[in-house]
Amino acid sequence: MTEHASTAAGEAAATAAPRGGAATVEAVAAKAVEVSDLNLYYGDFHAVKDVNLRIEPNAVTALIGSSGCGKSTFLRSLNRMHELVPGGRVEGSIRLDGDDIYAPDVDPVAVRRQIGMVFQAPNPFPTMSIYDNVAAGLKLTRRRRDRAGLDEIVERSLRQAHLWDEVKDRLDRPGIGLSGGQQQRLCIARTIAVEPEVVLMDEPASALDPISTLAIEDLMIELKERYTIVIVTHNMQQAGRASDYTAFFNIAGVGEPGMLVEFDTTEKIFSNPSEPATEDYISGRFG
Amino acid sequence: MSTLDVMRPSLPSWGPWAPPAAALAAAVALAIATDIGTGVLLVGAVVVAAAVVYAWSRVVEGGRRALDRLVTVLVASAFALAVIPLISVLYTVIVKGAERFDWAFFTETGRNVVGAGGGAWHAIVGTLVITGVATVASVPIGIMAAIYLQEYGQGRLKRWLTFFVDVMTGIPSIVAGLFAFALFAIFFGPGVRMGVMGAVALSVLMIPIVVRSTEEMLKVVPNGLREASYALGVPKWRTVVSVVLPTALAGIVTGVMVAVARVIGETAPLLITTGTITSLNANPFSGRMEPLPVYAYSQYKHPGVPPEPYFARAWAAALTLIAIVMLLNLVARLIYKRFGTEIRG
Repeated sequence: MTEHASTAAGEAAATAAPRGGAATVEAVAAKAVEVSDLNLYYGDFHAVKDVNLRIEPNAVTALIGSSGCGKSTFLRSLNRMHELVPGGRVEGSIRLDGDDIYAPDVDPVAVRRQIGMVFQAPNPFPTMSIYDNVAAGLKLTRRRRDRAGLDEIVERSLRQAHLWDEVKDRLDRPGIGLSGGQQQRLCIARTIAVEPEVVLMDEPASALDPISTLAIEDLMIELKERYTIVIVTHNMQQAGRASDYTAFFNIAGVGEPGMLVEFDTTEKIFSNPSEPATEDYISGRFG
Repeated sequence: MSTLDVMRPSLPSWGPWAPPAAALAAAVALAIATDIGTGVLLVGAVVVAAAVVYAWSRVVEGGRRALDRLVTVLVASAFALAVIPLISVLYTVIVKGAERFDWAFFTETGRNVVGAGGGAWHAIVGTLVITGVATVASVPIGIMAAIYLQEYGQGRLKRWLTFFVDVMTGIPSIVAGLFAFALFAIFFGPGVRMGVMGAVALSVLMIPIVVRSTEEMLKVVPNGLREASYALGVPKWRTVVSVVLPTALAGIVTGVMVAVARVIGETAPLLITTGTITSLNANPFSGRMEPLPVYAYSQYKHPGVPPEPYFARAWAAALTLIAIVMLLNLVARLIYKRFGTEIRG
């Protein structure tokens, strides 16, 4: 298992040279996520059916598919956020490098410390400064550090999120005073400051302008040196540009559960998909 | 003429103001000259002004603008009607209260005062102590109850609690007073009077208000902030304490201030729980206390001879109460301005 993970990490590091400037992220092997026979429910509604896939470490995996096909639900099940919705229920197993995150004795809070998440709308904490937003994860989880150690982590996270140069002179200003694109990068900095193994992104660029979108894509490509990244996106170009693997979800009809139709390398999915439904979706014939 | 009708004639800028002003002036003149009732004259003035504005505007500007003007006049009149009693009360209290709104009123007590002189220092202390104790007791209970209802509660228990909070919001204040009286009578025997009894009665009135307002403020905190916190691996209680509460803090403080303003003027429950007394007692756990509303009541209800100084003190006490409530409102506004956070989804 570990052998496989490190090889994959090596491959990923070799194939993906970061586009934007010098790399600020040093390569570290992250963890793989293995999903087997996963079924997700909202109360009686079967939202996602029988998903089996392996999310490779140190790579970007894109989840695509039309609205309502269960991509976001699936993403939220990866760090046990799905069960926070009233009636949210999970069957099957998700293993983070072999450890079942849904085992009965596993604390969901501990899972979320290893699997972070960036949301669709930028959501910095409105009462906190830029500095405190980035430090929030460490401060609020009582992983005590001295001030200098915290300073270092905040600076490193902001640098990794390509936000440092824009905010280094106003770290004590409120985080909500930033522009939308900056806020989203702040949220990414906040997520990676706790050094998770996996970073989940739920349409992180859908509320942003094209420049910020591109910045976030570059960022993902850099961040996979250190983290395993899963991203939900409606933007085909984005999936094609930034991801290494692509999973296509679809539903048979309204009220039917979402299913994983095809999962493969992004190259294969976009050039020669095995399923006709995938090809239809990618070429824009439906969805 | 273009189809957009840009250059259409319209009333001069003073147009909509002139008829109401003229009608009001006529009403005032008639009120002085004749003995027609003021209410009839005011209603007449509004009707005449509305009719004139409508007719004039209809001739010059056309039907749609005329209707707009008519509704504007009616809405403005309704607003004036709502404000008149408020201004009248404020005016009366200020005029009548100013007579004794002096240094002695705030420094002397009512002890051994017969006739003129004396003050309400003991009553001001009484009001501040009793309301203070009630606030200290109610705010933690109210906020924690709201946190339970909004962040943790579900199912039948939450529904029942919400129902009872709603019922408690409508409790007549005298019932709260009787409750406190009966409660303390069990332990100290009938006829007991203490400041803390009044505080308990006020707490019964305050808690549901604090719960309601805090709950509303917690509802406004976007769920995205809670999720962002959970996704960082922050436990739920810590999310509530460090993310949700600070975001809602300014609103919660404002709600508490409103609750304080609501109970600080209560008379009936305090009359039966704290009693009346003329000397200073700052200890809520021993003996009678006399808060301001009760002071005003007893000065007015049991005046000496001549009664004028007693009435003057009652009005000054009313003015003091209004001043305290206004001060609290100002503080709440300042807090909201200073610490209020912009909440976005």
